[in-house]
Amino acid sequence: MSAELMKGNVAIAEAAVRAGLEAYFGYPITPQTELLEHLSKRMVELERVFVQAESEVAAINMVYGAACAGARVMTSSSGPGISLMQEGLSYIAASEVPCVVVDMMRGGPGLGNIQPSQGDYFQVTRSAGHGDYHPIVLAPASVQEAIDLTFEAFDLADKYRHLVFVVGDGLIGQMMEPAVMPEMRPIRPRPDWAVSGKDGREKHIITSINLGAERNEAANLRIQDRIRVIRENEQRSLEWNIEDARILVVGFGTAGRVALSSVKMAREAGLPVGLFRPITLWPFPEKRLAEIVDGGIQAILVVEMNAGQMIDDVRLVVGHDVPVSHYGRLGGAVPLPDDVLHEIEKIAANIGLTATAMAG
Amino acid sequence: MVTREQELVRTVVYKHPEALEDVQTHYCPGCTHGIAHRLIAEVVDELGIQDRTISVSPVGCAVFAYEYFDLDGVEAAHGRAPAMATGLKRVWPDRVVFTYQGDGDLAAIGTAEIMHAAARGENITVIFINNAIYGMTGGQMAPTSLPGQRTKSSPMGRDVKIAGYPLRMSELLADMDGAAYVVRRSLHSVREIRKAKKAIRTAFMTQISGLGFSMVELLSSCPTNWGFSPPDALKWVEENMVPYYPLGDYKVIEAVKALE
Repeated sequence: MSAELMKGNVAIAEAAVRAGLEAYFGYPITPQTELLEHLSKRMVELERVFVQAESEVAAINMVYGAACAGARVMTSSSGPGISLMQEGLSYIAASEVPCVVVDMMRGGPGLGNIQPSQGDYFQVTRSAGHGDYHPIVLAPASVQEAIDLTFEAFDLADKYRHLVFVVGDGLIGQMMEPAVMPEMRPIRPRPDWAVSGKDGREKHIITSINLGAERNEAANLRIQDRIRVIRENEQRSLEWNIEDARILVVGFGTAGRVALSSVKMAREAGLPVGLFRPITLWPFPEKRLAEIVDGGIQAILVVEMNAGQMIDDVRLVVGHDVPVSHYGRLGGAVPLPDDVLHEIEKIAANIGLTATAMAG
Repeated sequence: MVTREQELVRTVVYKHPEALEDVQTHYCPGCTHGIAHRLIAEVVDELGIQDRTISVSPVGCAVFAYEYFDLDGVEAAHGRAPAMATGLKRVWPDRVVFTYQGDGDLAAIGTAEIMHAAARGENITVIFINNAIYGMTGGQMAPTSLPGQRTKSSPMGRDVKIAGYPLRMSELLADMDGAAYVVRRSLHSVREIRKAKKAIRTAFMTQISGLGFSMVELLSSCPTNWGFSPPDALKWVEENMVPYYPLGDYKVIEAVKALE
C-alpha cells in the first residue's frame, strides 16, 4: 500500500477504526478535535458507536460503560479534558477493563494555550487518577508511528485489561506527513468477562469498591502484579548513534524528533552524541537506558517540552553515576535544533570533549 | 374435580422474585430501598428479561444494589450512572440497562449526566430514589432537602437564602424532548407502592420498545437520618414531601400511552 499524506489526528482516528474500534465517546478540544470530527463520520458510516458527550467527565464514564460491556472503546482529549477524566480513569483502572485514551498535549497549566506541549507527562505516567497504578503510555514522534502505536494500543489494552494512553502533542496532531494505514481488521468478539446480561451463567459484576483494608489491599496487589508484568515485558525505545556515544540525548515525541536533528548536526561537527527516544513513557524503558549508559556515557541531556518531568525517570535509572541536565521549552514553545545543539556543545565542553579531539 | 381451595393453593400469589438475590441487605430498618429493589425485581421477572438486563448502581446507600439483584451489573462513579449506562446501552442496544440513583447522585453531582442522557433520548431506564437527604454519609442536606428541613449540614433547617432551593428533577427532565416517560411516585403506602410498580413496568417497557429515556422518581423515606420511626417517616413523606414534590405523570409520550 502506498503512503498517503495524512494529518496526525485523522490518522490516529482512522487507525483506531481499523483496529476494530466499536465505540468512541469524546468532547471537542483543541488540538485534537479533528480526531473526533473524523470519527463522527466514519463510525456512523460503519454503523458503529459515536457519541459527542456533554463533557470529558461524561465521555470517560461512557467509555467505562462500553469497556465493561467488552467493546473496543476509545476517547481523546487534551490536558484540560484529561484532567476532568481523572475520576473515570481511576475507576477504569480499578475495574481492570481495557480502553484507549489519546492525549494531544497542549500548553498548560490552566487553560494555557493550544500550542504543542509535553506538560502532561507526570499526569499520564504516574496514575492519571487517584490511587496506585500506572497506565501504559505510548509516545509517537511521527504520523506513521502514531498510526502504528494506536493500532497496537488496543491489543495491549486487551492483553492486560488496562488503560493505554497514546500521547502526542499539538504538533503530532496537526502536522501532515506521508504514512501508510493498516488494513481494516474485523471487530473482535466480546470477551467472556464482559457484562452482557447473565443469560444462563453466573452474574458478572464490575465494580471498583472493595470495603475493608484486606480486601482492597488484595485488589491493589493484583493490579500491582499485572503492572510488574507490564514493566517487565513492554518497555520500548528507539536509538541513534549509540555505539560510540559519550553524550546521550534523551527525548520523547516531538522533542525527541527535534533532538534527532541536533544529534545529527553534532555528529557532523564530530561530537560523539547519541539519541535515546522512549516509545513507552510508562513503563519507562529503564533496562535499555541503563545498558546504554553503562556503555560509556559521560553526560546526559534530557530535552522536553516541559520544565523537567521525564528527567525524573532518567535520574531514577542513572542515579548519580552520570550528570543529567535538562533543556526544556515551556507553555507551548517547541525547542529548535540549533538550541539543542548549543546545549550539547556546552555539555561537551564541560566534560572536556571537543570535536577536534573526536575527529583526531 | 379441583376444588376452589385446591386451586388457590396451586396458584402462587406471592414469592421471592427470581431477579432478587436471597440475601440480607445492609439497608436500615424501615428504609424503602428494599421495597424499590423488590418492585424492580418483580418487573424484571414479569417481563422475562433477567437474562438480558444490566443494572448500574450508584454511589450512595444503594452502592451495593448489584449484590441484591440477580443481574449482571456495574457500579458507577458518583453521579455518572447515566453516562456509564449510555456506554453500556450503545454497545448492547438489545439489552435492558437501568440505573438506580439517589438524590445526591442524580440531582447534585450527576445533574449534567442525567440532563444530557434525557436530552439525547438515551434509551435507558432510571430509577430515582428521592429521600431528601444524603444517607450513606450520615444525613447531610441533599439537593432535594425541603426548605426548613434539618439535616447534619443544615442544622438550623435549610435556609434557602444560604442553601438555595430544592430541585424538582421530574419536572426538569420532562421538559427534555428526548424524554419519553417521566413520572413521580411514592413508596409511603401500599396504594402508592402498587402505582410505583406499574410505573416501573411502563418505564422498562418504554426502553424495551425503543421509545427513549424513561425515569421513575420514587419519594422514599430515611428513618435513620431523619430521626423518625419507620411509620413516622412514611407519614413525613406523605405530609411534607408529597406537597413539595407532587405525584403524577410529567411526561408520557403518545407511544408510551399505547403501551399502558
